[in-house]
Amino acid sequence: MELYMSLAIGVLFTVGVYLVLSKSLLRIILGTSLLTHGVHLLLLTMSRLKTGAAPLLGQGAESYVDPLPQALILTSIVISFGVTSFFFVLAYKAYQKLGTDDMEQLRGKEDE
Amino acid sequence: MYLLHLIIMLPFIFALGCPLLYRLKQHIHTGWLILPAPLLIFIYFLVRLPEVQSGERLTATVPWIPSLGVNFAVYLDGLSLLFTLLISGIGALVVMYSIFYLDKNKEAIGRFYMYLLLFMGAMLGVVLSDNLIVLYGFWELTSISSFLLIAFWYQKDKSRYGALKSMLITVFGGLAMLSGFVLLYVMTGTFSIRDIIANISAITGHSLFVPAMLLVLLGAFTKSAQFPFHIWLPDAMEAPTPVSAYLHSATMVKAGLYLVARLSPIFAGEAGWFWLVSGTGMVTLIYGSYRALKQTDLKAMLAFSTISQLGLIMSLLGLGSAAAIYSGTSESLFYVKATMAGIFHLINHAIFKGALFMVVGIVDHETGTRDIRKLGGLMSVMPVTFSIALIGTSSMAGLPPFNGFLSKEMFFTAVLNIMEMDVLNMQFLGMFFPIIAWIASIFTFVYSILLVFKTFTGKKQFDKLEKKPHEAPLGMLFPPVVLASLAVVFGLFPNLLAYTLIEPAMAAIHPTLLLTGQQFEADIRIWHGWTAEIWMTLGVITVGIVLYRLHHRLKVLHQPLFSGITLNKTYDGGLNLLDRGATGLTDRYMTGSVRHYLMYIFVFLIVSMAITMGISAHSPYDFSEFAPMSSYEAIIIAVLMGSVIAVPFARTRMMAIILTGTAGYMVTLFFVIFRAPDLALTQMIVETVSVTLFLLCFYHLPKLKKELESLRFRLPNFIIALGVGVMMTLLALSASSSRSFESISEFYIKESYNLAGGKNIVNVILVDFRGFDTLLEIVVLSIASYGIYALIQLKLDHGEDPITLG
Repeated sequence: MELYMSLAIGVLFTVGVYLVLSKSLLRIILGTSLLTHGVHLLLLTMSRLKTGAAPLLGQGAESYVDPLPQALILTSIVISFGVTSFFFVLAYKAYQKLGTDDMEQLRGKEDE
Repeated sequence: MYLLHLIIMLPFIFALGCPLLYRLKQHIHTGWLILPAPLLIFIYFLVRLPEVQSGERLTATVPWIPSLGVNFAVYLDGLSLLFTLLISGIGALVVMYSIFYLDKNKEAIGRFYMYLLLFMGAMLGVVLSDNLIVLYGFWELTSISSFLLIAFWYQKDKSRYGALKSMLITVFGGLAMLSGFVLLYVMTGTFSIRDIIANISAITGHSLFVPAMLLVLLGAFTKSAQFPFHIWLPDAMEAPTPVSAYLHSATMVKAGLYLVARLSPIFAGEAGWFWLVSGTGMVTLIYGSYRALKQTDLKAMLAFSTISQLGLIMSLLGLGSAAAIYSGTSESLFYVKATMAGIFHLINHAIFKGALFMVVGIVDHETGTRDIRKLGGLMSVMPVTFSIALIGTSSMAGLPPFNGFLSKEMFFTAVLNIMEMDVLNMQFLGMFFPIIAWIASIFTFVYSILLVFKTFTGKKQFDKLEKKPHEAPLGMLFPPVVLASLAVVFGLFPNLLAYTLIEPAMAAIHPTLLLTGQQFEADIRIWHGWTAEIWMTLGVITVGIVLYRLHHRLKVLHQPLFSGITLNKTYDGGLNLLDRGATGLTDRYMTGSVRHYLMYIFVFLIVSMAITMGISAHSPYDFSEFAPMSSYEAIIIAVLMGSVIAVPFARTRMMAIILTGTAGYMVTLFFVIFRAPDLALTQMIVETVSVTLFLLCFYHLPKLKKELESLRFRLPNFIIALGVGVMMTLLALSASSSRSFESISEFYIKESYNLAGGKNIVNVILVDFRGFDTLLEIVVLSIASYGIYALIQLKLDHGEDPITLG
């Protein structure tokens, strides 16, 4: 399972980076979302998959999956949500103000 | 604070008072109020003369940074005393001269004296410091104050150019010198010059010894305007004449000579030192004297003359270091004569060059020009100035009975002696020393005659001058008169200097050659018989007069040396090249395109990860403990990959957003399968809200370009993206295949209920064990929401149309 997950993570990163390198601001934001997913799955995969029950003590299982990466990912999901929303509204405002979402045109003036 | 420290600080204290004193300028010229400072210093050091002569050494230390071995340690011996007397004595005369030279109502004299005093204090600090770091500090302060003084008339372009040039060159040398000092510290563990000299045997064979020597010499050569670093000195002539007289002839340019003399006991035994110091000196001597011939501006002529004379002194110091090679034998005292000549000429040069600069200043001040093509016939109008000029140039040319004659004779003696050296391949190379010295002396003789005769004799052409020439005021004449009379006095009674100043200075340069209580015997006689030196001098005079007669016909003398490549062009071109190169380089990679910057970052990530993975001995991937895959998971992975790969191909915004959303929901399903219920819940909500937000925003977007066209394929982007993906896959595999130690999660699983009273371990970790993370995560979320609110409410410019680009 870890092998396939690793491949999936690789695909997420590849497409994420490819989108981030594009000209359109929307695609860059979508790319960062994909990168975020990749990172979260990477965190989960690194701590081994399917080694026990969900980390709820009420289940009375013999072994549980590692709860620490889950806590980290939960924090990360919330933070990336905040950052992505802000980034998105920023892009929206820039689009409104400047009339373009082409990164090649969103450059500073000469000698700025 | 000891008295010696106070003396160094005195100019700085006066400099602080300058703005205050400047307010009195309606009543009295600030210079008069400044004059006591150098006079007091001069008197103080004059009083110390007998003590130093009898072999006493004044030392004092004030702790500054004791933990680093940096202390404000001062040390007064013969060499320092000689320099302090020059600095304060000529300083006093220059201050007096400047009182008449600079108009108190037209010039910013408060600023002028502040810089000048700053320089004086720094120079005193350089020659009195025993600690290398303190010496370096004062050294750079002389560079800075010299920079300020050269650009005193900062409205002129040439002043600023000259100031910048001198700053760049001397600071370059200063930094090299600092690294040399640091190397000395690395070798010896102390910054104190005396301690280093005491431990000299420990460092002579050290591998850092030669680099330290080269770096220190670089500092000395740049400061003392040695070839090829001399180019800043002629451009520094844009400074007011008192500054040129003081800094660029008598004191600052001798700081390099001081450094060479001061560190001679450390390096002199090294053959490289001998060759570099004497060789560079010789080259500078002949080059400077040749270039001086060609100048038409009096100050430029004096500048090149200074360069050549500095070269002369430098080469004498180098020749004197031969004594250290013969250390311990009776022959060593034979070569010490070169050092004696060097010190003697150093004093002489400060005296006559100071006088000559003041003369040129007077001529400039009274006629309005310094161009010898416009000047002539001033003798009858300015008899006193003429007399001073005649004495100064005679001394410079080396004519009896002036002091320059004696030092020139001693110079010839030294170069003749060096031929007899039987080590370092001197039989052949040694021959060049007397020849170069002789030819350079002829050049010196010719430009000296040119200087005085072109200015003061010949046709009167007063109509070309801006002002009607007349004799200078008495106060302006007084300082050069003093210097000129010193030139005569020291010419007739050289032993006045020999016993008092030169002997202790020699003892400081060659400490190892003397037994305790022994002294050098410097006996300078004005007439020493029909020796080879006399014949050489007669030859110089004869050939010099012939050359002067032929001067007009020798075209070579009036053309530039090499019209194509000159050092100034190299310097200017080098600076220009550096400037354009840096701009070009920056323009090339700082394109302003985010895509390019991201590419740099990703390429660096790929390369550094690949190299690290390649280097670190990696055990083969171990798949044995991997969990098996069920059919559900296969389907989820397939859907995830399918939706993700489809994103770049999406033709509409809506499609791209929905495909990304799909990927997010697949991640949610993974969280379900991998037993992370809290993650699944959160991810689902977050994904839903994000997708809604995305759709909402883009639904309301102005339809400038209707939809985005499908992404064009770009190979570099794809390669980079693939590289990152591959690296991340490898990283995930290697991280999950081998585990070097057990997880700490056992603790959380075991203690979650006992310590925190919760059964949901993830939630307990979030709010109990690692509650701080959660706190700050809440902060992040609130900042983001405030930011979004502000962005939406923010209207920078009301009612304006959106700027359309492209």
